Amino acid sequence: MFYNHILSIILFTPLVGALVLLFTPKENKNAIRWLANIFAMAGFAVSLPLIPWFWAVKSQPGFKFIEGAPKNWIPTIGAGYYLGIDGISFLLIMLTTLLGAISILSSWTAIENRVKEYYIWFLILQTGMLGVFMSLDFFLFFVFWEAMLVPMYLLIGIWGGPRKLYAAIKFFLYTLFGSVFMLIGILFLYFFNHAQTGVYTFSIPALYKTAPLIPSVYGPTAGVILFLGFFLGFAIKVPMFPFHTWLPDAHVEAPTAGSVILAGVLLKMGTYGLIRFSLPFFPAIVQYPRLRAWMIGLSIVGIIYGALVSLVQKDMKKLVAYSSVSHLGFCTLGIFALNGPGLSGSVLQQINHGISTGALFLIVGILYERRHTREISEYGGISTVMPIYATITLIMFLSSMGLPLLNGFVGEFTILQGAFMANKYWAAWAVPGVILAAAYLLWLYQRVFFGKVENPKNEKLKDLSAREIATFVPLLALALWIGVYPKPFFQILDEPVNEIVQTIQTNGVYNAEAEPSVPAAPAIAAPDEQKPDATVAPEKVTAPKSGEFKPSTAAVKIADNQGSH
Amino acid sequence: MFFLEHIWIIPLLPMLGATVMFFFGRKLDDEHDKTWVNSICVGLVVVAFAWACMAVWQFVHSGQPFFEKVMYTWLGSDSGKLLFPMQGGHLAEFKVNVGFLLDPLSSVWLLFVTGVGMLIHIYSTGYMKHDGGYYRFFGYMNLFMFSMLTLILANNYVMMFVGWEGVGLCSYLLIGFYFHKHSASTAANKAFIVNRIGDAGVLLGTFMIFWVVGTSNFTSVTEFARTNAAHLMGNPYITAATLLLFLGACGKSAQLPLYVWLPDAMEGPTPVSALIHAATMVTAGVYMVCRSNALFQLAPDSMMVVAVVGAMTALFAALIGLVQNDIKRVLAYSTVSQLGYMFLALGVGAFAAGVFHVLTHAFFKALLFLGSGSVIHAMSGEQDMRWMGKLGKKIPVTFGTMLIGTLAIAGIPPFAGFFSKDEILWQTWSSHAGAFRVLWGIGYLTAILTAFYMFRLVFLTFYGESRMSHEVEHHVHESPKSMTIPLVILAICAVFSGFLGVPSALGGSDRIGRFLEPVFAMHETVSAEAIPAAGAEALAPAQQEQKPEGESHGSEYLLMFLSVGAAGLGWYVAKRSYSKAGKDYPEPINVAAPPVYRTLLNKFYVDELYDYLFTGRRKLGGVRLGAQGLGDALWEFDANVIDGGVNGAGWFTKFTGTVSNWWDKWIIDGIGVNGPAIVARVLSYPVRLVQWGLVQWYALVMVFGLIGLTWYYLAPIHALRIFLLGK
Repeated sequence: MFYNHILSIILFTPLVGALVLLFTPKENKNAIRWLANIFAMAGFAVSLPLIPWFWAVKSQPGFKFIEGAPKNWIPTIGAGYYLGIDGISFLLIMLTTLLGAISILSSWTAIENRVKEYYIWFLILQTGMLGVFMSLDFFLFFVFWEAMLVPMYLLIGIWGGPRKLYAAIKFFLYTLFGSVFMLIGILFLYFFNHAQTGVYTFSIPALYKTAPLIPSVYGPTAGVILFLGFFLGFAIKVPMFPFHTWLPDAHVEAPTAGSVILAGVLLKMGTYGLIRFSLPFFPAIVQYPRLRAWMIGLSIVGIIYGALVSLVQKDMKKLVAYSSVSHLGFCTLGIFALNGPGLSGSVLQQINHGISTGALFLIVGILYERRHTREISEYGGISTVMPIYATITLIMFLSSMGLPLLNGFVGEFTILQGAFMANKYWAAWAVPGVILAAAYLLWLYQRVFFGKVENPKNEKLKDLSAREIATFVPLLALALWIGVYPKPFFQILDEPVNEIVQTIQTNGVYNAEAEPSVPAAPAIAAPDEQKPDATVAPEKVTAPKSGEFKPSTAAVKIADNQGSH
Repeated sequence: MFFLEHIWIIPLLPMLGATVMFFFGRKLDDEHDKTWVNSICVGLVVVAFAWACMAVWQFVHSGQPFFEKVMYTWLGSDSGKLLFPMQGGHLAEFKVNVGFLLDPLSSVWLLFVTGVGMLIHIYSTGYMKHDGGYYRFFGYMNLFMFSMLTLILANNYVMMFVGWEGVGLCSYLLIGFYFHKHSASTAANKAFIVNRIGDAGVLLGTFMIFWVVGTSNFTSVTEFARTNAAHLMGNPYITAATLLLFLGACGKSAQLPLYVWLPDAMEGPTPVSALIHAATMVTAGVYMVCRSNALFQLAPDSMMVVAVVGAMTALFAALIGLVQNDIKRVLAYSTVSQLGYMFLALGVGAFAAGVFHVLTHAFFKALLFLGSGSVIHAMSGEQDMRWMGKLGKKIPVTFGTMLIGTLAIAGIPPFAGFFSKDEILWQTWSSHAGAFRVLWGIGYLTAILTAFYMFRLVFLTFYGESRMSHEVEHHVHESPKSMTIPLVILAICAVFSGFLGVPSALGGSDRIGRFLEPVFAMHETVSAEAIPAAGAEALAPAQQEQKPEGESHGSEYLLMFLSVGAAGLGWYVAKRSYSKAGKDYPEPINVAAPPVYRTLLNKFYVDELYDYLFTGRRKLGGVRLGAQGLGDALWEFDANVIDGGVNGAGWFTKFTGTVSNWWDKWIIDGIGVNGPAIVARVLSYPVRLVQWGLVQWYALVMVFGLIGLTWYYLAPIHALRIFLLGK
């Protein structure tokens, strides 16, 4: 029972907590805090058994722990309550439950007004995020994807800083704007699947089979447009340059815990979407050199640009927010490297970013709670008054800038290795981001922690309390674990990453040497493969051995026919 | 073979010390009783040194060319599924091990790193006694030992990179040890960030090696390079890989143009300068190039770059060192300069000579730095040589040992520096069929300058008149035993370590060269005929050695004689200028050419140039360039253009909403819907006049109507009556 419904249990524990809080009197703030923490911890605790269970089945292909079935929810349209995970979603789910518990713990003293609503929304948010990572049904996915916007909007809009309304509306509308295009894409896939198989379903595994056929039926341009629709939805969420400007505003205005979740989990939905949907749905399109060059180009610009803008920020939180743009640039770079190390590194770096940047936002939040300012120039010499805090900060900074034996390095190195193998110049252009990361973080550290205490307000700052240390301990432990012994993580990612790479390789020319600006010469299909049947049978088309983004010669034929009209 | 089998324990010993200091240091550190911290931190390094000695001893007696031990898979899933495409489209598994490699090359480093490290740890117990953060200092020092040992014992490039970045971190922490001082924390940042530039090169070089070879294991890479030497000679990818690695070496080993961090690193405590910024860490670049010698030998262009950069750095730093007044800065520039010599040796293919100089330099430069620390200790913290003088009799042990160090670095026989430096100059002279004699000239000139600035340091510090204040003079004292004993041991090494590499011309057997031969011997596996013309040059030094001995010894003796002459010349000029220096003594260069003096004193204004162009800390004519300038510009761009676009889109949406609203209100609703209504209303107005709902009015109208109607009907009757009746 527990084993078979583990995903639902993980998914709904926070929601149950929200319901319980709903019936708690709002005057009793401490009771609410305790209850919220208990349910957040319980949410994390119920996800723990998943670790050994998942470990045992990690090398089985496909999705695991499947629950529900396609089309069982709204049979008339083919939507289902259909859950399942693979290694990628497993890691992100664990990250979500952990960061959820940590952020709720970190809010204890930070939130003083409307406490009850705060925790209720937070727990609902938690369920929404978990749902995104578990859904195997596109309808369900979209419901969670949109539903999670509301609590985040309220968290920023109610408990945020001075410009909270502007930031909250911007966050909401911007993300919604991207989702609309994704929705059109989902509907296209849905009807396309029906056209191919005669079945109306939102089941993602089913769509995996038909979606790659789109370019062969409607031509590559349609495929590219569809890809861009999904891409826009995900790129805004990541956020990739130039869709990133909602991020600094949302981060700066959000309460600390909101920032932690925003950076730690919400952004990962974008990269998760790219890996889960964009690559397997459009395995031939993503290899189209010019398109890929744009994706890579935006990633690299994001890396350098985010780092340079971080360098000159005067507000600590904004600095960390822009550093996220830089770090997520590495993640998308790894994704579009389209090879094993790139993808594995990317997922690992998403986890690492959740750990390190989550911790950085906690760090900023701790100073903010004490001094109510995030201006860097207000500080100096903090390591004298808060030595434990200074030590933890330094370790997290080092992890964020990718020092070996801490987590950041493992992800960055693997991504850069993958990128280098795809194209040497991509790695070469991304590497300055590593240098700049050291520059903006160490400079920040120097200005805040080193020197003498010159501002009298800083003289009596209290060092971390036991509760605050407790929020950092799991993050520090994970940072060290991933840094020293990341092999289990690679093993968990082995199977899903391999499946994606296989999908990509069998759906087009896998040309590692493809230069970004020059389209790779389309390989000429062997004559015996040129079967002139225009009625496309899915099995035949999903596994062609050649053709640039023309998985079948049928595609060319159809395109020609359309052209001749 | 116990010690060799468990070689992985060597780096973990200091790591243990660092961990204990991290968690319990604050409790263990007592203001008066340092026993706990000393016995843990120093004790573990002593154990590491002993372990290293045993391991090397066992290794030498095992007769194997190298000893390799793989612990576990660090990066990668180890399942054969995580593949990447390498050169030529083959797939290779992405996998990096945690593994250790001991061969003659790492043996040399292992011994002197643990040995010198141990002495400096002991020295520090005296030097740092009165400083706050005693446990913090030793924790960092132990962490440094861990990183450095990881660096030299790693069996692949990525593991080496772990140590490589680790020593950078410890360097950062220790330079910024006095973090209250702004200059210290700035110097720490500078060291880390400049090193990171080099590290980026190491990363890319490592990827290139992955791409070409498919793995980053040293033994595999070396084997690959040697077995395929014939067709890989001059390969552009290997040239690129070696140049990228060398960029890393330039960062870590402070070569042009990335040397700028090292002189500033003197902000750290003096034992740190001795351990990290003189003896061990800065030689990591040399180590890496030696480790990659099989690749470098396939890339003659890279070798040329290494040699030229080395020679240029040697001269450049020595010139700056001529006029510096801070005793530690002189030594810092001297270190940069000596590292240049080492790269010169590597660049001309004399790897063993480079390693030999690393070894002797480690002893005499650590000695000189510790000696300067002892001087500073005696001078109550004063580092400026202009306020010293006549210390020789007051601190005799320091004076004696520093004199030995100076004689060694100046290259006066039979001190260690003579043999190693002379070997480098000789190899440069004789390599590439004499094509590199310009570089020899630079090296020779540098030798004269070295002798001059080092004797200048000795004369200004220990001779002449006393130029210090009375209070300082009163406090001058010889350092405690914990500091002088390491000095004496290092001085003994500085005298005798040269005998490890006495060249055959002087009847020696060049032990160190022979010991290292298996690491650098490339020509054994590749016959010269198989190598195309481009490669012949690189093999020249190897062939040179095989010449009949009698033929070359004549010029070798001559060069030796010239070298001694150079040292003597430097000593003579320094003695004339400084041996009787009183207050306001003249600087000979300032007297001769003041602009040259100013340029040298300001270090060729390189820091200023970098600040203008790269960091953006200084504005150039009101415009900020460099990273900060670019960041500012992009920030403006972000706020105005990108976010402006987003806000603009929002504003536009609002605007269209407003327009639509207006259109809806005035046109659609106004003209379309309300318009006809107004027309109807206007048209109906007259009607409304009588239809306004007032009942009395209706009654009135009714009455009038009735009257009218009555009149209307009655009037004709009236008329008829008049007509009929006629009134």
